[in-house]
Amino acid sequence: MNIYTSRKVKDRIMVSLTYLALVIALIPLVSILLETTIKGVPAINLQFIAERIPPLGQPGGGIGPAIQGTLIVVGIASLIGVPIGVFSGIYLAEYPRARPALAARFLNDVLTNMPSIVIGILGWTLIVVVIGWSVIAGAVALAVMMIPIVTRTTEEAVRLVPESIREAAIALGVPRWKTTITVVLSSAKKGIITGILLSIARISGETAPLLLTILGSRFWFSGFTEPTAALPLAIFNFSKSPYSSIDWPKAWGASLILILMILGLSVVVRYFTREKYTGK
Amino acid sequence: MSYKIEIEGLNAWFGNNHVLKDVNMKIKERAVTAIIGPSGCGKTTLIRCLNRMHELVAGARVSGKVLLDGENIYGNDVDPVTVRRRIGMVFQKPNPFPMMTIYDNVAAGLKLNGINDKRRLDATVEKSLRMAILWDEVKDDINKSGASLSGGQQQRLCIARALAVEPEVLLMDEPCSALDPAATTKIERLIRTLSRDYTVVIVTHNMQQAARVSDFTAFLYLGELVEYGDTKSIFENPKNELTENYITGKFG
Amino acid sequence: MKRTKKFHDFFSDSDQRPKIGFKKKITGDVLFRLFTALVMCNIFVILGLMIYKITEGSRLSIETYGLGFLWGTKWQPFPPMPGMAPSFGALPAIWGTLVTSTIALLLGVPVSLGIGLALSEFTPKRFNYIVSFLVELLAAIPSVIYGLWGIFILIPYLQRNVYPYLQRAFGFLPIFQGPLYGPSVLTAGIVLAIMIIPTVSAVSRDVFSAVPNSQREAIIALGATRWETAKIVISYGRSGVIGAIILGLGRAVGETMAVTMVIGNSFNMFSSLFEPGYTLPSIIANEFTEASSPPVYISALIEVGLVLFVLALVINALARFIIWRSTKIARGAV
Repeated sequence: MNIYTSRKVKDRIMVSLTYLALVIALIPLVSILLETTIKGVPAINLQFIAERIPPLGQPGGGIGPAIQGTLIVVGIASLIGVPIGVFSGIYLAEYPRARPALAARFLNDVLTNMPSIVIGILGWTLIVVVIGWSVIAGAVALAVMMIPIVTRTTEEAVRLVPESIREAAIALGVPRWKTTITVVLSSAKKGIITGILLSIARISGETAPLLLTILGSRFWFSGFTEPTAALPLAIFNFSKSPYSSIDWPKAWGASLILILMILGLSVVVRYFTREKYTGK
Repeated sequence: MSYKIEIEGLNAWFGNNHVLKDVNMKIKERAVTAIIGPSGCGKTTLIRCLNRMHELVAGARVSGKVLLDGENIYGNDVDPVTVRRRIGMVFQKPNPFPMMTIYDNVAAGLKLNGINDKRRLDATVEKSLRMAILWDEVKDDINKSGASLSGGQQQRLCIARALAVEPEVLLMDEPCSALDPAATTKIERLIRTLSRDYTVVIVTHNMQQAARVSDFTAFLYLGELVEYGDTKSIFENPKNELTENYITGKFG
Repeated sequence: MKRTKKFHDFFSDSDQRPKIGFKKKITGDVLFRLFTALVMCNIFVILGLMIYKITEGSRLSIETYGLGFLWGTKWQPFPPMPGMAPSFGALPAIWGTLVTSTIALLLGVPVSLGIGLALSEFTPKRFNYIVSFLVELLAAIPSVIYGLWGIFILIPYLQRNVYPYLQRAFGFLPIFQGPLYGPSVLTAGIVLAIMIIPTVSAVSRDVFSAVPNSQREAIIALGATRWETAKIVISYGRSGVIGAIILGLGRAVGETMAVTMVIGNSFNMFSSLFEPGYTLPSIIANEFTEASSPPVYISALIEVGLVLFVLALVINALARFIIWRSTKIARGAV
């Protein structure tokens, strides 16, 4: 075989291997989505969504409190995290060379990649130690996870606004700060909202921080200083149950609901940002 | 006719780069003054000093005086924002706000300054678009996005937007260089009309445009004002050899 | 100062147009900058609190066990004999984290680089959008669902179809000997490998795409095949790739739920990959809520968190440093 043919063969093999890599990555994706749907759908009915969580091993009941808990904790976390993240991102984008900005950007990066269990420990030492296992602790922990993400995506979105737009507004005699919160922000609106939605999707699925803060519960929400249920925790608990035929389908049902929530958000986000890609 | 703007001992720097050297000029009211010169001579810097936009760049510095109706816009107590409400600017590349309608673009300056009375806004938007010779073309589509217009129309939209806040001076930084000849002609005619009511200062790298459009011309070279006078004399009878060489195309 | 106007002056009857000579003492700009700066300081506050609280929480354990914590192999919160003190040593968990992350990198990085190359060099552009979307979906799946899938789908599959053959072929190596537990270190490594694919592949795809076309054109003009061109691209982007790998390492080290659910949760200095084990995050997740007494128990768990925190910090700083160096090299400063 001459050198030319062997190069060609090698080329074909290596390129095929990369396509194989694509397939390999998609197998778990398809398997997870498929299995969750197949095993989750039978468990879901109106009762499942609306009723209280039964003890392990008891048939019937539902995961109503888990859905409610997730919505409440994620909701409060967003109320805390979104404004803080957005204004932090605006600062980093508008004053990029200020000395605090350089340090902050590095530290923000560090926070983004912090293991979620460590954040759970922070939530525990900060709040649970003071007021006990509670919704507030969980919301704070999730907010701490959310803030660096929203900060970064907001900064990127505001950075992307072309200088010409700022100049046009300034030339009209609009002060710099007003230019930022009116013209620049509305230009960056799409990017900012995308970042927010993606971070919400991300924290909805987090289990570790909640494990150490809201503890979990079988009952409906009973106060901000009380423990509460959440979807990821419910899935975890059902999965540990020895009563396979009764509880494992519930785990799958809860997983299906959680995935639908998260993927639903991701798809919505993708839909809104699709113009970005047609230009490529 | 009096002098609207008097520039006294104006110097400007980008960091250590001395880009404007001791410029002295008096700009006549309600006339068109063109600033010409080869690339890098400082003409854009000069015009951006007139509405205090030069200093927005990091490391940029200005010294000297610029008097608007006798008051120094670089005075210690002066808020640059107030200056820019009286001296408007149109940029080289048309920059309408893409996320706003045509109407909102024109009204932007007013709204951002707190004027929200719908009747006033409607009236101003129409008058500004008429002055910019754009009203007839867009009046039925006034709620379409500002970015949906052609290049020439976008630039006229930017002019209307600048006019809506009723400046006394209009600065134009190579307003036609991104446009095709047909659009350029329209805008040149517009500039002549505007000069009846506004003081217009236009930077251009196109000498023929300066000759067509302006009453006075200033020739800048390497940051220095080489010659300044009425357009006819500058082009037909330049006093300075540098000016003559530039105008006859020997360089730049 | 007269201004004759063609239009009636909208501003004449409002104070919206102060004459020049009017400067407000504290401008809106200053206030806005101050406000946003203060909000941004939350980053310093959060990190400061984290360092403080976790160190404080670990103090009891640090004072009791000292540095021996890091190489102790006994984890006994409830000692078998009364009068004996509890002992805590984190080495098995550290060992577990190391091994599972290594497996994750060994399996996940080649696949991720393959994907990154395929998306950047070989696939047609309209393909990219869909495939990138799908790979991102992998990233959106919560850790606990990976765990669920791991327990009920992956483990049975591996136990039946993969592990026996693995042992038959490589059983001479100590790491492949012993009974074939389902929940094991190897399983955790495999799940982690899948979980780092979205991160590493997306970053490497971006790194490869950023390689200037002039580089590709140069080698293509010499008659290179697609693969040979790709090798040039990889070489040009190698520091970015290293950064991507380290980012993947960071994710693998910090991953909690999926690992907890498939690793078997056993405090074991394993020698075979088929054995169950522990990682730093999974020991915290598994035992924290039950660790009410003695007080040194919780402190030990928090100290495990401290070790994890420091590890994550170091890995992140390393990634940052490598990326910073690579941009310096690209600019010709080195």
